Amino acid sequence: MTERMISCSAAICEALTEEMARDEAIFIIGEDLVAHGGIFGQFRGLPERFPGRLIDSPISEACIVGAGLGAALTGMRPLVDMHFADFVTCAMDEIVNQTAKIRYMFGGQVKVPLVIWAPDGAGLSAAAHHSQSLESWFVHAPGLKVVVPSEPADVKGLLKAAIRDDDPVIFFQHKKLFAREGPVPEGEHIVPLGKAAVKRLGGNVTILTYGSGFYMSMEAANELAGMGIEAEVIDLRTLKPLDFGTIADSIKKTNRAVVVHEACLSGGFGAEVSARINSELFDYLDAPVLRVAAKDVPMPFSPRLENFVLPKAEDVIKAVRAVTYR
Amino acid sequence: MKSSVSTREMRRLYRTMVTIRGFETLAGELFAAGKIPGFIHLSIGQEASAAGVCSALRQDDYIATTHRGHGHVIAKGGDLKKMIAELMGRKTGYCKGKGGSMHIADFSLGILGANGVVGGGFPIIIGAGLSIKLRRTDQVAVCFFGDGASNRGTFHEAMNMASIWKLPILFVCENNCYASTTPTTYACSVNNIATRAAGYNIPGVTVDGNDLLAVREAAGKAVDRARRGEGPTLLENKTYRRRGHFEGDPQKYRTQAEVAEWEKNDPLLRFASVLKKKKLLTGEMEKEIREQVDCELKEAVAFAEQSEWPNPEEALEDMFINP
Repeated sequence: MTERMISCSAAICEALTEEMARDEAIFIIGEDLVAHGGIFGQFRGLPERFPGRLIDSPISEACIVGAGLGAALTGMRPLVDMHFADFVTCAMDEIVNQTAKIRYMFGGQVKVPLVIWAPDGAGLSAAAHHSQSLESWFVHAPGLKVVVPSEPADVKGLLKAAIRDDDPVIFFQHKKLFAREGPVPEGEHIVPLGKAAVKRLGGNVTILTYGSGFYMSMEAANELAGMGIEAEVIDLRTLKPLDFGTIADSIKKTNRAVVVHEACLSGGFGAEVSARINSELFDYLDAPVLRVAAKDVPMPFSPRLENFVLPKAEDVIKAVRAVTYR
Repeated sequence: MKSSVSTREMRRLYRTMVTIRGFETLAGELFAAGKIPGFIHLSIGQEASAAGVCSALRQDDYIATTHRGHGHVIAKGGDLKKMIAELMGRKTGYCKGKGGSMHIADFSLGILGANGVVGGGFPIIIGAGLSIKLRRTDQVAVCFFGDGASNRGTFHEAMNMASIWKLPILFVCENNCYASTTPTTYACSVNNIATRAAGYNIPGVTVDGNDLLAVREAAGKAVDRARRGEGPTLLENKTYRRRGHFEGDPQKYRTQAEVAEWEKNDPLLRFASVLKKKKLLTGEMEKEIREQVDCELKEAVAFAEQSEWPNPEEALEDMFINP
């Protein structure tokens, strides 16, 4: 079996090409899609392949999301491109009050097959308005599924699953990972929503992570191995619904957990995971659950400042050593 | 659909208005009697807008409505039993008791939902319009909203988008003189909200919103235009909200004399007198229509009152199709 290496960008494109060819109800709406194949080139080739199905929109985020929602309610299966995840703030009513709640508040009358695709994350000196990781906001809005992939194979498989799902999905794609390559199966490759993946086996500690945190965690795990600490790394992939079963199985084995994410600490998803571990797995724990996250400030511009604010592999190593008392 | 209105349709339109008035009056009474939880917003005095606009639509056309949306739902063919049951929080209601007065929808009738957020319907109707265009059908999508919503950013985003993409949308502003407690004359930069259409290069039409036939004619033209693929229209129906913003509103922002003045400009009385002049309606027919509507409403209340409350655990259902 030969492993084909492609980037996250190519994986996105491949998933969309396959899905759009399969289902005519799929279209993509957002800013700057056609001329450049998306602001990050993530949709390159699609405008030519599927004429009229990538729709350039005016800078009107509320109506971009609303257009996706209204179309989803009336027989289409849209993917909405937020341009930058930070701009969800301009469409919060449409995402949180409308998209998330419509099926529920109308008593389950209708399905909402909508994907809100949001490129997020820092590390590019893009400063405070183009660098955020806002996933925890949407975990707190019942009615949305929240996906944050890391590796290209998951990007492809989760995007295909998100598009096929009849519920609304907000899909965060880290900008710095667009070029990141990895093995990706060709053709039909679906990663079901709500399933975490154990990506590194280890018996001493469980590292729970997602998105860019995954790479940080793997780097840390490899270094930790040199110190005789074997970390089990779980890529959560979907934050809602959360695969707590996989988390629990691992912690019952390792008795220690560290949660790693790029989003800032307070009110981050790590707080939720930590709280659930404490309430459901307390008797299995040999140490408090620790969190590794960005510092609680808006993302600064200068590389030296940004680097200081963002979590790093060395922070993960420090946290793991603390919970393993090594 | 032609803009001209047949005799039969005239009577049907009158009946629709009587039904809306009856429903709203009844809802007010049920609320006062403590039978409707939460709070409700009534459209008494604005019936001509709902009836006139919806009469220009087909069943497969879409509407998005507002917190003051009972009339639109009725005019689009909504089921009175399911509406009252929903208002009373019962399991048999349109939304199984999960929505209430501000969140009624019936997707089988193209009713994409009332909305608790002022201006929340604009982005959704853009999606419906875009979907119509992509699916290449000749449906039309209507967004009802108030004068207050015309100051939301979503209004301006939607007007622009509908214009550049020539979407088959009719924006219907029900200018009822107040956004909650705030007079339109204070909060809007223009006297006629329809003049805002000029900024988006689409037709803007202001009509007497208490004149049913004027509303019907203007809506009919705009709907025909949208169906022909010629793009959106902004229609402003000038009317008046005779009840408070919500039931129980102390209404310190206006005088009773002002309300009384508008009561003389009642859309039902005006249309009845038009029909009588044309000899399409007699006192006896009027009485018969009222009795029939009363009877339907009584049945709806009985249905709701005899309906079960939802089981508490049902609060956990209906969020996801694939949980």
